[in-house]
Amino acid sequence: MEKVIEIKHLAKSFDKLEVLKDINFSVSKGEVVSVIGSSGSGKSTMLRCINLLEMPDSGEIFVNGKNILDGNINQHRKEVGMVFQSFNLFNNMSVIENCMIAQIKVLKRSKEEAIKIAHENLKKVGMDAFADKPSTQLSGGQKQRVAIARALCMDCQVLLFDEPTSALDPVTVQEVLDVMKKLADEGMTMVVVTHEMAFARDVSSRVVFMEKGIIVEEGEPKQLFTSPKSEALQRFLGRFVNQ
Amino acid sequence: MIDLIKTMFALITKYKNLLWLGISKTLILGIVGTVVGLLIGLVVGALRAICMKKEPTEKTWIKLLKKIVNMILNIYITIFRGTPMMVQAMIIYFGVYDFGLHWDSFIAGLVVISVNTGAYMAEIIRAGIQSIDKGQEEAARSIGMSDWQTMRYVILPQAIRNSFPSIGNELIVNIKDCCTLSTIMITELFYQAKTIAGSTYKTVPAYMIAAVIYLILTSLAAFIMRKLEKRINHTESNYFASATVVENQEGK
Repeated sequence: MEKVIEIKHLAKSFDKLEVLKDINFSVSKGEVVSVIGSSGSGKSTMLRCINLLEMPDSGEIFVNGKNILDGNINQHRKEVGMVFQSFNLFNNMSVIENCMIAQIKVLKRSKEEAIKIAHENLKKVGMDAFADKPSTQLSGGQKQRVAIARALCMDCQVLLFDEPTSALDPVTVQEVLDVMKKLADEGMTMVVVTHEMAFARDVSSRVVFMEKGIIVEEGEPKQLFTSPKSEALQRFLGRFVNQ
Repeated sequence: MIDLIKTMFALITKYKNLLWLGISKTLILGIVGTVVGLLIGLVVGALRAICMKKEPTEKTWIKLLKKIVNMILNIYITIFRGTPMMVQAMIIYFGVYDFGLHWDSFIAGLVVISVNTGAYMAEIIRAGIQSIDKGQEEAARSIGMSDWQTMRYVILPQAIRNSFPSIGNELIVNIKDCCTLSTIMITELFYQAKTIAGSTYKTVPAYMIAAVIYLILTSLAAFIMRKLEKRINHTESNYFASATVVENQEGK
């Protein structure tokens, strides 16, 4: 299988706090990898390192076989889409402008082409009817779907989701998860940091469990959820069962 | 009291032309100073904001360049914010003469007030930039936009909107404070009031006229800025024309 992301011996610390210790992990084309673990376990930091929003202290990250620390950082970033917990739609633009700006300024597409691609992707996430609304007037779930469309417009090879549903209420969580499931079915390569165990179990092809900056366990969702080997994962999953 | 008002009206009719000239110069100085100052402030504020943060993969020479640029801009702001505009005007206006060049005092005044306002605007814009949620920048960078593109299309439009009240404040300050430029013989409103007072010995009425005119000008400026602010807040998005509306309707 062609490897889209490959991380070797990644380490990162903030001042004296070691957040990531020797992370080794790879994602193949078409895979949907869910990263679970309690808060502070380093999941988000690892994800942000892949997009170089955080600078790794040591180790290597390859995307499509290229070391991301070589060459142009913007070139790399446009190949890796990112969806944030707090949506981060551009507040000074409408929904469709959010999807167009980088197409025009980074990919140098013509305005007509950018509009066409933006509409296509907005349709995909079910937000095309809102194309001309100011992005500040949308609900959380709608914002997140637009954020996904914005990332898709860049024709990225892989999408990173940083707790995409953590800021949403239980009902709107579903509309975002449905979009993500649809993308997964279409064969999009995705890495999802999530607290939605149902999503991790049902949609992802592989689950990675992190604890205190290391990958403790990884494997098929069914096997991981039904018979966790490590004590840490048992404890972590126990909390969800008890709810 | 009635005497005072009568004298004021008498002076106004007598020195109408002088006062108009003063008002026009004051307005030109205030408005040009604020607009050019804002442009300087945008560039300097944005540059400072960019220079103050570190990129993960940047080379050593870029780091050094950023440090140097930041230092130069810092010196500019410190000097022009830390000395009185009156002193700056004297030094710049007569300093140019020392180089053997001749220039109009009004042009000198425009330069001084613009550069002075620029220093304040740079700090206003920087504060506006810092008030923008960090996520906006991260989102823009994560889809491959460069530092400048992020600034230009995402951060600055929002920063300007946020700092609009402070920018309006600067306009009002400039309309009043360009009276210090009378020291380099610019015939703005204060200078004219001084002339009138000097030739008629009616000091209080002359300066009362100036005070009333200043009050009208600043109130007008405040009113216009408030209207503009409302307008900016209403047009939520203004980057692309709404060409997409038509297309959307076609699609339905």
